[in-house]
Amino acid sequence: MQRGGNAVTEGQDGVIMDDGLLRALRPGMIRFARLQLRDDELAEDVVQDALMAAMAGAKGFAGRAAFNTWVLAILRNKIADAIRLRSRSINISALAPEEEGLDQAFEALFKPNAHWSPQSRPRDWGDPEDSLQRDQFWIVFEACLKHLPENTSRIFMMREFLEFDTSEICKELAISSGNCHVILHRARNALRGCLEQSWFDKGEQTC
Amino acid sequence: MISCKEVSRLVSASLDRPLTLRERFWLRLHLWRCRSCGNFAEQMNAMRAAMRRLARSPDDPPDRG
Repeated sequence: MQRGGNAVTEGQDGVIMDDGLLRALRPGMIRFARLQLRDDELAEDVVQDALMAAMAGAKGFAGRAAFNTWVLAILRNKIADAIRLRSRSINISALAPEEEGLDQAFEALFKPNAHWSPQSRPRDWGDPEDSLQRDQFWIVFEACLKHLPENTSRIFMMREFLEFDTSEICKELAISSGNCHVILHRARNALRGCLEQSWFDKGEQTC
Repeated sequence: MISCKEVSRLVSASLDRPLTLRERFWLRLHLWRCRSCGNFAEQMNAMRAAMRRLARSPDDPPDRG
């Protein structure tokens, strides 16, 4: 989709000749890749790769929005490739102590009859769009994401950020689908708990 | 009647795979009666919305577009 207004004039070399455009994109790309890969050096490499690919292929983009979307698609593919390459050397089945800690924290939310204990009942977060519009929310959100243990985070990001199917995650990481669902559930609960504590309790009083 | 703990697993699973007819039935019955689990389900949706937003705006996560 193209937006009017800030369309970059397309010369014979295409929009990419606007150097500032790529420079403006780079910090966000780096932050993204770091969050996903948890490896600063690899993140730099992947972003560099994505920028090179973008420069080589950028012809015929008539607008900034279309160009940004396209560069992001390249970056996501590069990150996915890096994860696929790396995943084989990782023993995902080993449960790290932090991951066990998340399970214990989850169990502690419930009474013996497996219903929420009064102090752990999930609260009404109100209209999420209100939060998504605030810069401060995104700082908290990223901090909560970074808080997830490494393996938990990797699988969660593959599912929610790169939008892999669970079957593909299972295949790439050689884990059972049952295990995959357990890890995703663990990740979501941890993220939920972190957001409720760090944002919805402090930032937004909903009741 | 399934427990809240079980519901939290089903809600999470529903983000990754289609639920069976039986699972959907028990989930709905539970959500109809349990406000906390209803909030939990809404929170899961909110987190997915946030992740989708994050994934689509590389230069500016607080996307106002």
